[in-house]
Amino acid sequence: MIPADDPSAPVTPQAPLHDAAFMADLRQLMLRFATLQLSNAHAAEDAVQEALVGALKNAQSFSGRAAFKTWVFAILKNKIADTLRLQQRSVNASSLLSDPDDEEALDELFDRRGHWQTDERPATWSNPQACLQQQQFWVVFETCLNALPPQQARVFMMKEYIELDTPEICNAVGVTTTNLNVMLYRARLRLRECLENRWFVQGERA
Amino acid sequence: MMNCQQATRLMSEAQERPLRLREKVALKLHLLICTGCKNFSTQIPWLSQLMKAHAQGQDQQASPPTGQ
Repeated sequence: MIPADDPSAPVTPQAPLHDAAFMADLRQLMLRFATLQLSNAHAAEDAVQEALVGALKNAQSFSGRAAFKTWVFAILKNKIADTLRLQQRSVNASSLLSDPDDEEALDELFDRRGHWQTDERPATWSNPQACLQQQQFWVVFETCLNALPPQQARVFMMKEYIELDTPEICNAVGVTTTNLNVMLYRARLRLRECLENRWFVQGERA
Repeated sequence: MMNCQQATRLMSEAQERPLRLREKVALKLHLLICTGCKNFSTQIPWLSQLMKAHAQGQDQQASPPTGQ
């Protein structure tokens, strides 16, 4: 017998799927990620659809929204990795690398001799492990990730989340290894600086 | 002597490929005298862990901000 809706009842395994708002948000999030990675709205739509269908097959085994979200993103990540591996692009780095504003902003971190500007020198981050448990930290992290130039965010996620290797990323994006290394370097400089300014130093001053 | 810009570039590249012995030695020497770069060297691998934790939905399980 199916139990009646009772607000005090424990969350049932199927709950995430029956929560239309949660599913709509999740789908939006997946689409945004897939579109950035695949640079193709149609392919992104397909990957999201397939990932959701795949996840629903095993929907019984999830104890809540977080577990379901993790699972569905793991499937999406594999779909995107497969699609990217099949893509062949010709090298066309100019559109990705010619961002004088970005170069200038990063050059300001260092002085003419290539040493850190006094106020840009990386500080000690106290107890970074603890931030994993704080919701507010993840809001900051997401803000910093979204503040990256889109192509830097894209390759950073390809490398650190989708876990493609260097030749695969170069192929998918159409850049040389040297270009890719520069893009990843800039992404890391920027992300590090943003986290330090918005979280670690703020926290210490507070 | 390696400067901070070169050292940070190399530390980023170390995430992509194993450094050559010559590069490792030059970097080590720089880190001995530069606290900024020494901090940077621990933070760069940490960014990678954060990206993975974020993607795996750890942020969903984090406790809400305190003070409520």
